[in-house]
Amino acid sequence: MVGTSHARRRFAQALWDWLGIVPFFIFVLAFLIVPSLNLFTGAFTNRFGEFTLENVAVFRNPFVLRSYLTSVQVSALTALVGGAFGFLVAYAVTSNSIPRWMRGVILTFAGLAANFGGVPLAFAFIATLGRTGFLTALLKGICFPSADGGETCPFDLYALGFNLYSLGGLVLTYTYFQFPLMVLTIAPALEGLRKEWREACATLGASAWHYWRDVALPILAPSLLGTMLLLFSNAFGAYATAQALTGGNIPLVTILIGQQIRGDVLNNPHEGYALALGMVIVMVITVAGYTALQQRTARWLRA
Amino acid sequence: MARRLWTLMWGALALIYFFVPLYGTFDFSLRMQRGMLSLRAYELVLSDPRFWEGLRYSALMALVTILISALLFVPTVYWMHLRLPQARPVLEIATLLPFVVPAVVLVFGLIRTFSRPPLQLTNTPFTTDILIAAGYAVLSMPYMFRAVDVGMRAIDVRTLTEAAQMLGASRWQLLRDVIFPNVRVAVLSGALITFALVMGELVLASFLVRPALGPYMQLMGLTKAYEPAALAILSFALTWLSLGALQLLGRRTLITQMTTR
Repeated sequence: MVGTSHARRRFAQALWDWLGIVPFFIFVLAFLIVPSLNLFTGAFTNRFGEFTLENVAVFRNPFVLRSYLTSVQVSALTALVGGAFGFLVAYAVTSNSIPRWMRGVILTFAGLAANFGGVPLAFAFIATLGRTGFLTALLKGICFPSADGGETCPFDLYALGFNLYSLGGLVLTYTYFQFPLMVLTIAPALEGLRKEWREACATLGASAWHYWRDVALPILAPSLLGTMLLLFSNAFGAYATAQALTGGNIPLVTILIGQQIRGDVLNNPHEGYALALGMVIVMVITVAGYTALQQRTARWLRA
Repeated sequence: MARRLWTLMWGALALIYFFVPLYGTFDFSLRMQRGMLSLRAYELVLSDPRFWEGLRYSALMALVTILISALLFVPTVYWMHLRLPQARPVLEIATLLPFVVPAVVLVFGLIRTFSRPPLQLTNTPFTTDILIAAGYAVLSMPYMFRAVDVGMRAIDVRTLTEAAQMLGASRWQLLRDVIFPNVRVAVLSGALITFALVMGELVLASFLVRPALGPYMQLMGLTKAYEPAALAILSFALTWLSLGALQLLGRRTLITQMTTR
């Protein structure tokens, strides 16, 4: 009997302990989990509240397909471009051959720029690279006399086919917060590369190319891949910048969801819920991949 | 030598990417009047009552959000450190969820859940504000949790608790007079990120139709040319002030990402 009362007391204690974080979970349930689940149940019911798989047909809607394709395209491109650029910058920052002040300024600005976004970022790019923007005007003004007596202006961006309010412009704008995020997340991993490894390679007669291909990149691979996934999800969930930049002209999934909230553009609210659910699934996959790969990196950084 | 040039080039490119849009925006914001530099765009923004309304509304919401977030996380993280270390993985995953649910999906779910009985919150401005503040608090979770967690790690929670209890402190007194003052720098750093996040947030206030700074800026972007540049500079200044203060607190590692996009 002593044993059971002891066990009961332990159970009561454990119960009491878990009670302490109940308020937090009520909050999360009420304002995050229940609203999300509500969308999910909405995705699998029809307007009479009956279970159905019909709403999945929304993914056969050409508008929806195009929006997913565009979102994936923009996110993958900014993850690749921002990732590659960020990696090279991080490499520069962690090497010893860069002035100390430059290193400090880059790291500080990376912390700030990774947090840029939303409407102001779109404004900044419009003011810089829009049709009448600062850089557009500056480059347009660079003219040379041409053979026929007139002038040629080789840097007239918009005459060259550049357009900020397009997919390319969106990628350029997103890169402003993507590459600093890469710098911040990959720099610790680059710093974790031991000098001894490089020296050992050199002693064994390996070239710098061999060192990177056979030693450094395989070690960095999980962390690189993980960060790319983070960048992907970061761009995939973005709404404000794209909305302010293009006024909703570029059909991203987030923009389409926004239009669906404002008015039922899909003509079936339940298809809108399926659309949102699809988005969360993509986010879960990328964020889970990022977390798993990041933990792997953390292990070898500690070891 | 080649290696040095190579690294310098990428460093320089990064600086160019950082500064050209900033300078471009600043330059553009001064060119409202033809042929001269002037502060006209700023004058127009600062004399627009809607700007001040947006600023006031967003700042107020930021403060409410910080209050909710701190009241939620200081006791919860304290309890986790004291009694429930096994709850850490659960809390870590729960606080990462806002990264998985984009703001536009969150607001969609909030509207579906709270615009019908039994909890109809969207039909009066005040209850809508409650909903928005709760939404902001959700968005701030990843930062606030990590900030408070770092703070709690740095203090000896168990000893402080036992000492306070031996001196006869109640649970409330313990939290208010012993734990909170010891983690206030951590809470402050979480609060600064939350502030920056709320001031720049567009989605929640836009879809729930409240007069925050984000929707105001979006509207200006649709109708004006030079004022948006001035607004961008003002908004950068505001964000940087709060994030700069954060860096002074020496917690740079915390601000790797925010969800205001």
